[in-house]
Amino acid sequence: MARLMEWVDERFPATKVWEEHVSKYYTPKNFNFWYYFGSLLMLVMVLQIVTGIVLTMHYKPDADLAFASVEYIMRDVPAGWFIRYLHSVGASMLFLAIYLHMFRAMLYGSYKGPRELIWILGMILYIAMMAEAFFGYLLPWGNMSYWGAQVIISLFGAIPVVGEGLAEWIRGDFVVSDATLNRFFAFHVILLPLLLALLVYLHIVALHKTGSNNPDGVEIKKQKDDKGVPLDGIPFHPYYTVKDIFGAAVFMAIFLAIVFFAPELSGWFLEKDNFEPANILQTPPDIVPLWYLTPYYSILRAVTFEWLPGGAKLWGVMAMGLAIVLFFFLPWLDRSKVKSIRYRGWMYKFMLGLFAVTFVVLGYLGTKNPGHIDLIWFKNVVWAQIGMVIYFAFFLLMPIYTRLDRTKPEPDRLTG
Amino acid sequence: MTQEVDNSRRRMLTTVTSGVGLVGAGAMAVPFVASMAPSARAKAAGAPVEVDISTLKEGRMLTVEWRGKPVWIIRRTQKMLDDLAQIRDRLADPDSTVLDQQPTYAHNEYRSIRPEILIVLGVCTHLGCAPTEKFATGAASGISDDWVGGFFCPCHGSAFDFAGRVFRNVPAPTNLVVPPHSFLSENRILVGVDQEETA
Repeated sequence: MARLMEWVDERFPATKVWEEHVSKYYTPKNFNFWYYFGSLLMLVMVLQIVTGIVLTMHYKPDADLAFASVEYIMRDVPAGWFIRYLHSVGASMLFLAIYLHMFRAMLYGSYKGPRELIWILGMILYIAMMAEAFFGYLLPWGNMSYWGAQVIISLFGAIPVVGEGLAEWIRGDFVVSDATLNRFFAFHVILLPLLLALLVYLHIVALHKTGSNNPDGVEIKKQKDDKGVPLDGIPFHPYYTVKDIFGAAVFMAIFLAIVFFAPELSGWFLEKDNFEPANILQTPPDIVPLWYLTPYYSILRAVTFEWLPGGAKLWGVMAMGLAIVLFFFLPWLDRSKVKSIRYRGWMYKFMLGLFAVTFVVLGYLGTKNPGHIDLIWFKNVVWAQIGMVIYFAFFLLMPIYTRLDRTKPEPDRLTG
Repeated sequence: MTQEVDNSRRRMLTTVTSGVGLVGAGAMAVPFVASMAPSARAKAAGAPVEVDISTLKEGRMLTVEWRGKPVWIIRRTQKMLDDLAQIRDRLADPDSTVLDQQPTYAHNEYRSIRPEILIVLGVCTHLGCAPTEKFATGAASGISDDWVGGFFCPCHGSAFDFAGRVFRNVPAPTNLVVPPHSFLSENRILVGVDQEETA
């Protein structure tokens, strides 16, 4: 065995790569609950690819056949219902893990230098995931699939001059049609999976260059023993591989409970309008995307000020775009001397808490009719406008409140 | 052979080679980008649709499909027509000043060729949803107490009157589109072909 490895290592750096990224990759010893989600994301992604391959074997990307082929998978393909539900619930579980993974980065300042590129690559991954989910959602050719795609593609039409032509180019037709379905299938099963795999690879390469951040937000590489091993570091394997397997087991138990007992999760993971085939003459009563896109959808709908030059529609689209783009600038908007929330003052703690609540509330409002009252006092659209202001204030005022905030001194070593 | 390296020649060759490579890659992209545009078949599918409205009752609408889009045909009542002038100040563009939204022969106070027959695309000018008919007036409509009847888009709350004109303070920026259409006879309409200007 040893001689075989020697033979391989002379031709391919197997042992070197294993040691560098696994067995001698030193990670901070104080990872907590929040650090499960990176490995869980990889797990869900593998699951999406495997279930996706099986679904592709039975699915027909044709406007006349697509809806029935999904029902065929659900009823006639052995274990088809299980694989399909794993895939549809998996999409929501993936976004759940992404949001918690991003929140972790904001709790412990993981986006701050020297980890800006990890954050940016992660944000590109997040957007690519949203695109992947959007393309995938058209494929069952249900009524919500159809109208959701219709609305989102129309957003491009709001761009001055080139907008309408661009929307036509994306659809490959004047309305969402068979041509659109066929190309979305190509994007969903080839283009984006390749891109996602590449981005995950780059995200991890960048992570392993700087090393992981930790709940204390201090660099473990500053304190090393005489062998050059960080004093507060432990090898990723076996310590965190085993920890992550435990996390995966708990996560899968929750995941499978949803798949078996509530695969639609009362319309949150699969909308009821999507159990009806696409009907180009009949919009569903409320067009809403799935929950993971609704915070941005809320912001889109919150801009109703027609006096804006160019019209409310264009500004709504821009506000929605800005809401996503602002995340990219977090490393530079945050002027705090410390990384972790443990050593920050009350201002950042307050703003982050407010932002998290706002993001959830915007997400909720995005699933509701803007003219109704689902919270208290005001119509949903008014609450969404208030939420939008808080959302943007969190980012745009960040250079001010992170500088004013009174921070505590960071320790030299991890505190546990 | 000389051992000296002619750096400027080398730089020139590198630049030219890279340049030619880039142009080649750019040229290669053209057919791929072009292949995603609407195909000849998609373009040809826009044939005009003939509709018989002899059974369409007053105050009712019917929906037909043209180029994959819903076209509404509404036979308006006298009250609906009278209300159009009453609600002018609640509309964003009561005089249909955005000229692309209707052919010239429908650019009038009723946005139609014959006053009672309205023909519009049932596609919200906000993000392309299909608005729903809300012909009931007042509180019964579920919209507002002073609702005079018209269309309401459930997606983002845009509202339109019985001439397809958009109300103020809703996300839709413009009035509903009046498609090209013409009357073949009293009760036969051809959607997709313009009325001749002399008619």
